[in-house]
Amino acid sequence: MKKRVVVTGIGIISPVGIGKDNFWSSIKEGKSGIGPITRFDTEGFPTKVAGEVKDFNVTDYIDKKEAKRMDRFTHYAVAASKLAVEDSKLDLENINNDKFGVILGSGIGGLETFEEQHEKLLNKGPRRVSPFFIPMMIGNMAAGQVSIMLGAKGANETIVTACASSTNAIGDSFKIIQRGDAEIIVTGGAEASITPMAVAGFSSMKAMSTNNDNPGKASRPFDKNRDGFVMGEGAGILVLEDLEHALKRGAHIYAEVVGYGMSSDAYHMTAPADNGEGAFRAMEMAVNDADINPSDVDYINAHGTSTELNDKFETAAIKDLFKDHAYKLKVSSTKSMTGHLLGAAGGIEGCICALSIDNSFIPPTINYETKDENCDLDYVPNKGVNQDVNYAISNSLGFGGHNASILLKKYTA
Amino acid sequence: MLFDKLKEIIMDQLEVEEDEINMDSSFQDDLDADSLDVVELIMAIEDEFDIEIPDEDAEKISTVKDAIDYIEKNQ
Repeated sequence: MKKRVVVTGIGIISPVGIGKDNFWSSIKEGKSGIGPITRFDTEGFPTKVAGEVKDFNVTDYIDKKEAKRMDRFTHYAVAASKLAVEDSKLDLENINNDKFGVILGSGIGGLETFEEQHEKLLNKGPRRVSPFFIPMMIGNMAAGQVSIMLGAKGANETIVTACASSTNAIGDSFKIIQRGDAEIIVTGGAEASITPMAVAGFSSMKAMSTNNDNPGKASRPFDKNRDGFVMGEGAGILVLEDLEHALKRGAHIYAEVVGYGMSSDAYHMTAPADNGEGAFRAMEMAVNDADINPSDVDYINAHGTSTELNDKFETAAIKDLFKDHAYKLKVSSTKSMTGHLLGAAGGIEGCICALSIDNSFIPPTINYETKDENCDLDYVPNKGVNQDVNYAISNSLGFGGHNASILLKKYTA
Repeated sequence: MLFDKLKEIIMDQLEVEEDEINMDSSFQDDLDADSLDVVELIMAIEDEFDIEIPDEDAEKISTVKDAIDYIEKNQ
């Protein structure tokens, strides 16, 4: 028999706050975490704004020597994982470590390390490239380090599907627990790519907002005047747990994971398929997996990147699947506040769906001012609403045509 | 003094306290370094003392005294 899977812990490092409580109060208030880039000199860069994590002190979470051997994305992953496990009140001394897993997503991995070490190679030669370069940079190292920190000896892997990475990680974790191969999985993802190469590369694709004079307004999903995504960074981690295991130890249950869908556009490297037909199929698969009717869904945390095509086609996909109900359910993009955490986006947005269900509150899409005729749903403009949420979907759509949707449900015995 | 300078590098690289380091300290056995830490430590010594330590020599440097002897001989 299939196991039921629930969310019992949440840990967040984000541009709008560190820790679940700070983060959620910012999201409820509709606070923007976007500002001028301070990490590097943006002279000559078309885009000069991003959502940087502020007031993060790595040694609050990781021993200084260990921290030096990790890229920033791993710092975020380890810190958020520790917060999530703390939040779950799991007693790590009294669990079956063989059934304790870590499955994370990251789109790029340790890009900052790559850039620093490449500069060393150019300036000082190959013999000055750090022996830690490879293990710090490789994208799977966050999951590796988190497992070391937590003693998690079960399933361990890293999913790389660009901006869908973390949602795939959560979905795969759900399935692994559902089939009984793990009891607890720390999942979600981490990204730290506010670096010169990443900002330059995305800028050259004309994918990023250049609203440099007004950073707080730069990320404006579904608004007619949107002009591209704004990069964020951080980590969003959930503790997923076999329901029986959670009940036995009296854990707080934020929500139940009941559906997972994924698909590929098989269409273009970066452009979404016409009318979001790939996103449509991922959402449909998640709804079917949960064995519910589309009209049961109350809230969609959209991918909503604030790019012209994504927001238009994601809207079309929602209308194709939900028909008339598309106009009744609520759709919001919290990237309006956090920026786009790329491979970690699904992590924090999965956390948001669980918090939304647990707190009966649907967060807003901020900076929504002008209606776009192609985007005509209820995007919860500018102010969140108190409302019971029984079913919520989190969508993530990545370059390469990866589409992933997870479906969460209010827990009832 | 050479020992003091080297101690600073070791403290910085291996995140250990000054009083943990003596002439006989082995990087891996006493100062909690792994093989990758030692490679990085050797790089820092090369930079600081402006010498080049070939891999076959570096393999023989396992204690503070080994490092000091090598630097004195090759500087």
